[in-house]
Amino acid sequence: MMSLISVFLGFFVANILGYGGGPSSIPLMYQEVVTHYHWLTNIDFSNMLALGNALPGPISTKIAAYVGYNVSGIFGAIIAVIATIAPSSIALILLLKILQKHRQSSVVKGMTLLVQPVIAIMMLVLTWQMGRDSIHSLGPIQAIVIAAISFLAMIKLKIHPAIVIIIAFIYGGLVVPHLHI
Amino acid sequence: MSNTYKDLVAAMVRTGILGYGGGPSVMPLFRHEAVNRYHWMEDDEFGEVLALANALPGPIATKIAGYLGYRTKGSIGAAVAIIAHILPTCLAMIALASLISVLKSSPVVEGMIAAVLPVIAVMLGQMAYKFGSKAVKGLGWVFGFATFIIAFVLLQVIPVHPAIVIILFLAYGTVHYKLKNKINKHHDRDREAI
Repeated sequence: MMSLISVFLGFFVANILGYGGGPSSIPLMYQEVVTHYHWLTNIDFSNMLALGNALPGPISTKIAAYVGYNVSGIFGAIIAVIATIAPSSIALILLLKILQKHRQSSVVKGMTLLVQPVIAIMMLVLTWQMGRDSIHSLGPIQAIVIAAISFLAMIKLKIHPAIVIIIAFIYGGLVVPHLHI
Repeated sequence: MSNTYKDLVAAMVRTGILGYGGGPSVMPLFRHEAVNRYHWMEDDEFGEVLALANALPGPIATKIAGYLGYRTKGSIGAAVAIIAHILPTCLAMIALASLISVLKSSPVVEGMIAAVLPVIAVMLGQMAYKFGSKAVKGLGWVFGFATFIIAFVLLQVIPVHPAIVIILFLAYGTVHYKLKNKINKHHDRDREAI
């Protein structure tokens, strides 16, 4: 029971603070899932992000479902997903009329704008942690080469991230085990 | 106009399993289903709802799915739409991720997990850059970088819980444009005086 309440609270907090859609909640979910409740390790989280990005559909509900399931089974998954989506969906429907008037308001715009730098910094810290872990598990040369190739592929060549992730999985499955031996 | 549950579920399952890259990238698919295919609303109304949804926190795709369901079939429609949108991918996620957890000790899966880490780091870095450039665009270089430094010090150096940092920034956000206008007016007055 306690764990279900924690699951609800963790995902409620992470998503009610994320402005700008699911991706902006990723560092907030990391804070709850890894730093606060220790449900997953840093590497588990990265692994889950990779899978989540290789699969279609909204990212935050996939993360919620998996973490909730890991913590307390199907019930946990349902609670985590509800905590992720219900507050904002209900708010949108309820506030539609009120917000219609305030959409152009400088208050709402200012709030949306001022969240961006905080999310940017949290995302940057997460990048640093993932980078550090990948150097730890692959060694600096391989980690940097893979990072450079995926940077070129995703950002310069605009190859879809799902494809890059799948290629990395294949490389990791076929080549990496033999390098370690 | 046939607003059947079948249409609603079909539209939501399609948008749920065809959209790659998280909620925001799926918005054109939602627009296509709601405006072009099923004529639930005009393009203008969809744009309005999207703008409103963006002003609220939380994942965007489920807010839009919930609204489209509510608009066509009331509260139950909202629940049905959200479930249809997320259920297939949530189940796939649980199944695949559990499978990988079970096989974690196999060297092949271990290699896969290790090789994907740098890719995820690059993706996160790219997202950090996107959020950062939005901040700089809206706030200007000087003030934008000041907010980065303040956020970094609060989050990493002190460290304060991210929820508190966000609430502080949100609180300032409510008066940001008012202050900016005041400062601009002062500048204008100064210029006129010269």
